Amino acid sequence: MTTYKEITPQDILLKADALRPQLGSGFRDEIVQSMYSEAQRIVDRAVQQDKKQKWDLDQRIDRLVTSPIFGLPIMLLILAAIFWLTIVGANVPSQLLATGLFWIEEQAANLFTSVGIPWWITGFLWHGVYRGLAWVISVMLPPMAIFFPVFTILEDLGYLPRVAFNLDWLFKKAGAHGKQALSMAMGFGCNAAGVISTRVIDSPRERLIAILTNNFVPCNGRFPTLIMLATVFVAASFPPAFASFVAAGSVLVVVLIGVFFTMLMSWILSRTVLKGEASAFTLELPPYRRPSIGRILYTSLIDRTIFVLWRAILTAAPAGAVIWILGNIFVQDVSLANHIAGFLNPFGLLLGLDGVILLAYIIAIPANEIVVPTMMMVYMGVGMMTDPPSYNELYSLLVSGHGWTMLTAVNLMLFSLLHNPCATTIITIYKETKSMRWTVLSVVITLGTAFLVTFLVASLVRLVGWV
Amino acid sequence: MTIHTTSGCEGCPMTAQLEQMGLKLDKFDRIIALAGNPNTGKSTLFNALTGLNQHTGNWPGKTVTRAEGGYVFQNVRYKLVDLPGTYSLLSASQDEEVARNFILFGQPDCTVVVTDATALERNLNLVLQVLEITDKVVVAVNLMDEAKRKGIEVDTRSLARDLGVPAIPITARNGEGVQTLLSTIASVISGEIATKPLRIKGSEQFQSAVNSLSEEIKKLFPGVPNARWLAIRLLDGDVRVKEAIQTGEINELVNSQRRSDMQFSSRMAVEGRQ
Repeated sequence: MTTYKEITPQDILLKADALRPQLGSGFRDEIVQSMYSEAQRIVDRAVQQDKKQKWDLDQRIDRLVTSPIFGLPIMLLILAAIFWLTIVGANVPSQLLATGLFWIEEQAANLFTSVGIPWWITGFLWHGVYRGLAWVISVMLPPMAIFFPVFTILEDLGYLPRVAFNLDWLFKKAGAHGKQALSMAMGFGCNAAGVISTRVIDSPRERLIAILTNNFVPCNGRFPTLIMLATVFVAASFPPAFASFVAAGSVLVVVLIGVFFTMLMSWILSRTVLKGEASAFTLELPPYRRPSIGRILYTSLIDRTIFVLWRAILTAAPAGAVIWILGNIFVQDVSLANHIAGFLNPFGLLLGLDGVILLAYIIAIPANEIVVPTMMMVYMGVGMMTDPPSYNELYSLLVSGHGWTMLTAVNLMLFSLLHNPCATTIITIYKETKSMRWTVLSVVITLGTAFLVTFLVASLVRLVGWV
Repeated sequence: MTIHTTSGCEGCPMTAQLEQMGLKLDKFDRIIALAGNPNTGKSTLFNALTGLNQHTGNWPGKTVTRAEGGYVFQNVRYKLVDLPGTYSLLSASQDEEVARNFILFGQPDCTVVVTDATALERNLNLVLQVLEITDKVVVAVNLMDEAKRKGIEVDTRSLARDLGVPAIPITARNGEGVQTLLSTIASVISGEIATKPLRIKGSEQFQSAVNSLSEEIKKLFPGVPNARWLAIRLLDGDVRVKEAIQTGEINELVNSQRRSDMQFSSRMAVEGRQ
């Protein structure tokens, strides 16, 4: 081995460059061509297609659901129907759960007191930690248990690629990749999953746009918040007969606003920091497949419902504890929670919200889908209320007790839709982009939009004098 | 050890000799890669074999990272790697690169290419490309039920004869043919079934150019599994491959494939989400 000349990478590249011209210019095409013709030859021998084929149901359905005229309306109709089903179905179980869980809290707290356990242990455990859990379970579980299976059926059926097909032209106009419709659809499930699913986009520029805007569609964690606000507030000012339709309609509108901001932000990004043309792509429309019931139940209930719920519980329990502590440490006869809420209040009012909402938002930063339960806990926990909170009582508590208006509800929905990604999603964005800059930008863009939009809406409404 | 010939066990339940091992991956004897075009049912097959619940969905691009799981078949422990769907090994998007890197550099003991019986011609392009780089290949012709419904008949014997590797008809959704697939994989690995993969020959000049170049590559990167494929890509002027050779990234790829993505994918498999 002594006199052997070491081979360097450069040698190999030079050799390749030297060999290439000898092969003739057409050799690449030859290889590709021979692969294609080989494939065709093999298939000709191995596959027999029944000539007398029946009319193709798949194609007929596709012609309808991806038609330029009916495609979008059908999509919206399906979405609205899902929301309506969720709202109508979740109402009663939610109240039953709340009643049951809060009854347990009361009994347990009484028991603790009667055996002489110090008040602060009882308070911390039952009115703090436990109440946080009870809130999250009763508000989030029923809508999820209905929404997820239905959403999963659509996914298994093969409807998602059709959605991408219908929205392609919109994304192209925004200077983004048509496959962003797929990652957006995944975002409805979970924004972190949506961010990872942008890997199917091969242009780095368009992939970044898809990552940065994914959070503008509400994830499964945020849907219960939206559904609850829509049911309790927006629908409350309509006759009961229409209430569920109004609620479903307003959730749909919020989703559409989310899609609108996805497009708008993609458009802005593709004309500023991420300049470029939209690239063309081919998307396969897979055949419709009969969803398998077992898989749907597993995916939607175990993977999605239990997963999201568990995550919410993990963050709600400490949030409940923090709220209880803040509510029970008094400085100059006013609880710490009230101090902070009071400090944040002017800023909150500016956005059409209030100080308590912002405080709840800060406490719930690790998983911002629990903002509403946290907020309720702050409102109620401070005054030690133990009434089982039905939707009606919630309404009266917030409206008469804390000065909520329609503006508060609407702006909270907007804020929940637009604000920054949850901690998991932010970490995922960092992992996928490997860049602190883009990660920070993803937070700045969303939070900035949330502040700006709620501020504008609040100012406009006040200017016109609706509130 | 019993020698299993293919077929003859159509009737017996899939679980007869299969033990799903889920995430118990600490010890395994063989690595199997699941490759294939998008939306051909790789994840469904993966779930059926490992007992895991990797999220499946009817749209191309569902799987974007590697998921890993285990199963035991006839006392041999297999690690199964579910790869993102890909139309070719030449492409550029991130998910496809995950698949390509593993097939090329992960050195699986056997690569199972899952194909869609209703769109075989398009699927074969990937099969042919995989055959270019490895001998140990089994083609699983999935979605046979759908094909039957559409009046499509697939003669897997003819397919196997032409491709030079076994082709097994399966319906992953209900487990049909999976037993046969497993015993075929075992036989291909053990060498009981000798494969003679179909390879594109090209002109004599092309062959000699590929040969001499791949010799050099082998010298520079001892242990690189696919010198021939790298040589062809270099002659083709593939910028990514050029870069990987220049920077020595090839070595890193070979070394990293056995570990990277592992932690992430096992968590993913548990949560069933990506």
